[in-house]
Amino acid sequence: MKEKIEQMCNQAKEKIAEVKKSNELQELKIKYLGKKGEITSILRGMSELKPEERPAIGSLVNKVRDKLEELIKEKENEFKQKEIQEKLEKEKIDITLPSTKIKRGSKHPINRIIEEIEDLFVSMGYDVVAGPELETDEFCFERLNLPKGHPARDMQDSFYITNEYLLRTQTSAVQARTMLAKKGIEPIRMLCTGKTYRREDDATHSHQFNQVEGLVIDKKENNVSLADLKGTLEVFVRKLIGDNLDLRFRPSYFPFTEPSYEVDVTCFKCGGKGCALCKKTGWIEVLGAGIVHPNVLKINGYNPEEYGGFAFGTGIDRLAMFKYAIPDMRYLYANDVRFLNQFDRRDID
Amino acid sequence: MKLSKNFVKDYVDIDVDLKTLAEDMTRVGNEYDSAEKLINATNLVIGKVIECKEHLDSDHLHVCKVDVGNEVLNIVCGAPNVRENLKVIVALVGAELPGNVKIKKGEIRGQESNGMICSIAELGLESKFLKEEDKAGICELGEDAIVGEDPIKYLGLDDEVIDFELTANRGDLLSILGMAYEIGAIYNKQVKEIDLSYKENGKDINDEFNIDIQTDNCSLFLAKKVENLEIKESPTFIKNRLIASGIRPINNVVDISNYVMLETGQPLHFYDADRLGNKLIVRMAHNNEKLTTLDNIERELDENDIVIADAEKPIGLAGVMGGLTTEVENDTKNIIIESAKFDSVKVRKTSKKILRSEASNRFEKGIDPNRTYMAIKRACNLLEKYAKGTVKTGIVAYDKTDKNPKNIEIEFKNINDVLGTSISNEEIIDVFKRLGFKTQEKEKSVVVEVPTRRLDISIKEDLIEEVSRIYGVDNIQGKLPKVEMKRGSYNKVERDIRNRMIALGLNETLTYVLINEAESHKYTKDDFEELRLLDPLTEERNTLRYSLIPSLMKTYEYNKARNIQDISIFELGKGFYKKGEEYGENLKLCCLMTGEYNIGIHNRKKVDFYIIKGIVEEVLNYLGYENRYSFIKPKSMPEEFHTGQTAEISVNNDIVGIIGKLHPEVVKDDVYIFEINIDKLLTKKVGKMKYKEISKFPSIKKDLSVIVDKDVTCEQIQKVMKNSGGSLLVNIEAFDLYQDKIIGQNKKSITYSLEFRDDKRTLVDEEVNEKMNNIIQDVEKKLNAEIRK
Repeated sequence: MKEKIEQMCNQAKEKIAEVKKSNELQELKIKYLGKKGEITSILRGMSELKPEERPAIGSLVNKVRDKLEELIKEKENEFKQKEIQEKLEKEKIDITLPSTKIKRGSKHPINRIIEEIEDLFVSMGYDVVAGPELETDEFCFERLNLPKGHPARDMQDSFYITNEYLLRTQTSAVQARTMLAKKGIEPIRMLCTGKTYRREDDATHSHQFNQVEGLVIDKKENNVSLADLKGTLEVFVRKLIGDNLDLRFRPSYFPFTEPSYEVDVTCFKCGGKGCALCKKTGWIEVLGAGIVHPNVLKINGYNPEEYGGFAFGTGIDRLAMFKYAIPDMRYLYANDVRFLNQFDRRDID
Repeated sequence: MKLSKNFVKDYVDIDVDLKTLAEDMTRVGNEYDSAEKLINATNLVIGKVIECKEHLDSDHLHVCKVDVGNEVLNIVCGAPNVRENLKVIVALVGAELPGNVKIKKGEIRGQESNGMICSIAELGLESKFLKEEDKAGICELGEDAIVGEDPIKYLGLDDEVIDFELTANRGDLLSILGMAYEIGAIYNKQVKEIDLSYKENGKDINDEFNIDIQTDNCSLFLAKKVENLEIKESPTFIKNRLIASGIRPINNVVDISNYVMLETGQPLHFYDADRLGNKLIVRMAHNNEKLTTLDNIERELDENDIVIADAEKPIGLAGVMGGLTTEVENDTKNIIIESAKFDSVKVRKTSKKILRSEASNRFEKGIDPNRTYMAIKRACNLLEKYAKGTVKTGIVAYDKTDKNPKNIEIEFKNINDVLGTSISNEEIIDVFKRLGFKTQEKEKSVVVEVPTRRLDISIKEDLIEEVSRIYGVDNIQGKLPKVEMKRGSYNKVERDIRNRMIALGLNETLTYVLINEAESHKYTKDDFEELRLLDPLTEERNTLRYSLIPSLMKTYEYNKARNIQDISIFELGKGFYKKGEEYGENLKLCCLMTGEYNIGIHNRKKVDFYIIKGIVEEVLNYLGYENRYSFIKPKSMPEEFHTGQTAEISVNNDIVGIIGKLHPEVVKDDVYIFEINIDKLLTKKVGKMKYKEISKFPSIKKDLSVIVDKDVTCEQIQKVMKNSGGSLLVNIEAFDLYQDKIIGQNKKSITYSLEFRDDKRTLVDEEVNEKMNNIIQDVEKKLNAEIRK
């Protein structure tokens, strides 16, 4: 009996070692370990043994069974590993082939700058307000202290549709609308961005361009002053154009502010040394700003004795050109797909 | 305004160089274009021709020996007027002349030449200032010129000029005196008095001459008579100062009128008294009235032009230009001087229509009435001095002006509050003193007497500006406003739409709003009146767009012309309309796609209707309109769209946009477009985003292939399925479309996956099979469909 078991064991070991295919292994597993397999039949035959022989043989059979189970398991693992290896080998690809392009769009540089400016001022508590582009003479001019006949509103400079309606020449038109909406009592911190139109078209002027306009109005006792305007514009210029730039407030004249200033910034091309861009002055005119004219307050429902504030505005196109090193203003409006495609990633902070 | 430094130095001392002066003026608000020497040439010296021989190899050249003081130079000269003993301007070797001319040692036809003998033209004066002899040959200096010295200084052309770009409110700076006050304020210098002295002679002018002012557009009119004038060339300093100021010298009398205008800012007009009657009338012109102006051009006038007239006809266009008939000529002996103030708006209109002149520029900006008096006196002073004129006693005057200075009281605190500063009372008063304003200090405030020359100052805020200008904004420390904290806000939905479109792979464009009139009604059936510009810049862009489609089509054409095939672009912008009496604008989202959408070697895909439809759905779903929209076959569609591939986009049963392929007659390529009126869309309500319980019970999915006629729509089939499937049918998804000859040319097969579920219990197969049978029966019956097995 003992010999018979050992012989069966050796035979099984040989066969397991030789087996090449997974299904053959399964057949061997059934042949030896299955319900009707050889081990089972040996165990069944135990009853024919003498009782004193039984424990020794029983323990031998168990040992053999454990051994065979172990070997089969090992072999199974081997086959599984092989199979996986084959699958991996089969699925090998050229990883340098081009990717499937997940089409990514792009944001127009002008709107990038607009969003950046809006975010900056929203963070300082400004409300971004929109106004109509098809404006009335009243809001574009009259309510900004530019009565009819004023030299600053020459007919040639504006696109009129009728005597009353025109394409807004400046985002300042939104100042008056905001003041009226706030009914002469609420403090204002507003920003307006958007398209503006003037009747001129050349290498440096597009008849359609973009502006940003800011307006702060508060009670006199809160002292919204020229110093505050200066500080605000310092933040604006340094965040948007460059950390180390200086500002120069040059007194100027706008009908809707008094005092009025044109604000120059250190030439961002030459750093103030003087170059073609700054016409050798070292400065580039960037903003117009000032203290809101009492007439503008009065016309739009705020008592100039009780309220005061500042306003500022600037063109966005030139900022975009500078920020993205765009050499020609016309590129902004040509919408060449090869141009647009370049603005397809996030801006660095 | 070109400022001659020599000229203004008559009235204020200047200790700084030109560049500093220009920069300092800029800091107080007076920008400049250029600041340069009048003559920009180096290494010039006065020389004397001591020998002049003809060049042997030339018919016009001369070989000269020129004494330049420390040496004698051999110079070849081609000018016809070069001769021995002539004093000339010599550009030495190394000299740089305007126009990038550099003088080098040279040889001209075998003769050594060590310099150049110059003409005035070669020194860079504009040709309008040159006389015939200046153009014909070298400049002949006088006997008194000293050899070896600076010829520019000798000629009095050693001046420097700043060309200012002045702001519209500073008419006072269109005068040397105004500039002197401004410079005096910067450097704290006193402005010197102008000499207005002259002798009056004979009978009063009022006995023989009078004026009749018939219009309110003339508020001040003065006339004086000067007799026995001697007309000749002006003294050098007058000529040179006019040249430095950009005005061409004519003769002493005409030059004086310009000189006084430059000094005082008050334009004058001189009439030849002997060709004028004894009366001047100021009135509005009649329509179609004619006048020949000084430049010999006949002008047609209208009732908005102010004219100076005699009894019959206009003889001058007030504030703009005089008439030809009474012009001062070389034989003029006696003149009438006009010094007047005309309405600035009227002058502006006339000059815009007819001609802009130095005079009109000043009238437009406003005139100080005190200067009107000053100028006429100054003219008498100079005419007496430089034209031997005798000034007749008296003045003819019409005056409705207020010539008193304005008094404005302002609190010191007010100034510091607005500027955000703590400037002391003394410093503030010092600013006003520097500006030449008289002050009267009170406990908390100061009363400032503003001279009439400063027409731009009328309210307190103007005085604050003066303090900030002269004190210097650079000296004000910037800070941020102290205001109540609050959250800022912006239009988030517009950005979300933009970012969504970009995430879907589209390029954002920014196109022009102005299009051609012919395009304005294209791509739409909407009823509106187009908005045409009254005065367009070009006819190509004469109308406001209603739809963004023409703008994007232009962009498509632009790119197509550059051989770019794959275009997926969008724009979020305004479209404009007039409807009845209402003018309005809407925010629109427009998208154009053509070529391939996904680019790459693995899955190239041509854009088709379903891709752009997918973009629309994606945006609408993102905005929360899922299950609230549908694509409807239009009852009538714009003719630019493909009749078989166009739909209206309907949200909550209201049309908000259009989607489709463009008609092959409009464009050969397969171009797909959609446009949605975002303003209208956003009025449609959206439910809040809310969690829905996930069903605990499994669903059963069944596939069903339906063969129908080609014209039966997917939507129709789904509707039938939905009706007969009832509430257990929770989802219908079409996942395969099949068309071939076997099922028939006019047929199509769509395969659906139908999902059944009950959220309260587990469904059993039998009830699902029963539902499926119902569905099959219904589609067979209602849609004449056949089920593919």
